[in-house]
Amino acid sequence: MEVKEIERIMEKYDADRTDVLGMLMDIQEKERYLPREALRHLSEKLSVPLTRLYNMATFYEALSLKPLGRHQIHVCMGTACHVRGAARILDKLESSLSIKPGEVTPDLNFGLKTVNCVGACALGPVVQVNGEYHGNMSALKVERMLKRYSEADKEKTE
Amino acid sequence: MVNLTIDGKKYQAEEGQNVLEVALENGIEIPHLCYHENLSPYGGCRLCLVEVTRNGRAFLTTSCTYPCLDGIIVKTDTPEVLRARRLVLELLMPLAPEAPQLQALARQMEIEEPRFKTDEEADDCIRCGLCVRACTELVGAQAITFSGRGYRKTVEPPFGEEALDCIGCGTCVFLCPTGCIQMVDKSAERTIARWQRTLPLKACSSCGRYYIPFAQIEFARQKSREAPAEDWFDLCPDCR
Repeated sequence: MEVKEIERIMEKYDADRTDVLGMLMDIQEKERYLPREALRHLSEKLSVPLTRLYNMATFYEALSLKPLGRHQIHVCMGTACHVRGAARILDKLESSLSIKPGEVTPDLNFGLKTVNCVGACALGPVVQVNGEYHGNMSALKVERMLKRYSEADKEKTE
Repeated sequence: MVNLTIDGKKYQAEEGQNVLEVALENGIEIPHLCYHENLSPYGGCRLCLVEVTRNGRAFLTTSCTYPCLDGIIVKTDTPEVLRARRLVLELLMPLAPEAPQLQALARQMEIEEPRFKTDEEADDCIRCGLCVRACTELVGAQAITFSGRGYRKTVEPPFGEEALDCIGCGTCVFLCPTGCIQMVDKSAERTIARWQRTLPLKACSSCGRYYIPFAQIEFARQKSREAPAEDWFDLCPDCR
């Protein structure tokens, strides 16, 4: 990540260290993870101890120190989704992508994660991709959903 | 001043004091591992649980984080309190099975074998946060921190690598209730393995004993408002 980019994010918050969580989230959104140099830079420029930033980065689920997938898939494992077969959907995703929850595909296209409730129980079982909700999911629909996202990528590059 | 009752006796406390502080001052023993008078209370070890009755309602709470309020009634040894503390200790023990301080408490509470086990191998840390608070509040080096959350929480330097801000003062080693932070001085080097940190030591110009890391001298010089005399650190405290 370029220093200029970090500086730009800092300026957005007037380099106020009480807004450091906002800065971290902006960096996360931009880079899909928190690069070490970015944390070091923030720590130095804002006089926030690196330990404090590291503490925040490991505490919040929304922040990650490792790159996440371009399409981050959250499988809801909450009670309502669980009883309607969330486990089967997760199994299917694991085998289709050949990764386990918490991992990312080698090409960084897809990341897989389980979450405990996304607050849309009536739509269950729910899978969330890049913040978009896919309700009434089933193992059969998984392939189609993945294909849609990878094809959308192809169109963008063409 | 506020008036409160602890175990049937009336005590006076200053506003802002916590219940554990007042109990200890008056010779009432409450077990505690994460409390230190010079550090902010944290309520991490949960061993100092007591029963507090306020406005006619009784509840269990950690005495180190509960403020002295006018008219509260504190009981430190009801069967409920003792049972809750026992459970807490049983939960702590698998985290640090070898720790003498925990074993002494277990003998006191007559626990032979804790009922619980950890999934992963114990790292002897009970996450009491004394080292983190000492490094942040007392020393000011801020070299270590909590990482993660819930049962995955650990104490480590940033990125789990060498603690680059550690000055090797050994405060965390001294305070750790389980002794899980080890510090070894070997000739001119000090190593704190848990923080993956090795620092060169300065020798006393009189007795020749290696007694302080150069990093700690540098840190002290930067922190102190009045610069200590140039040769202050040449002699060890015994030779001064």
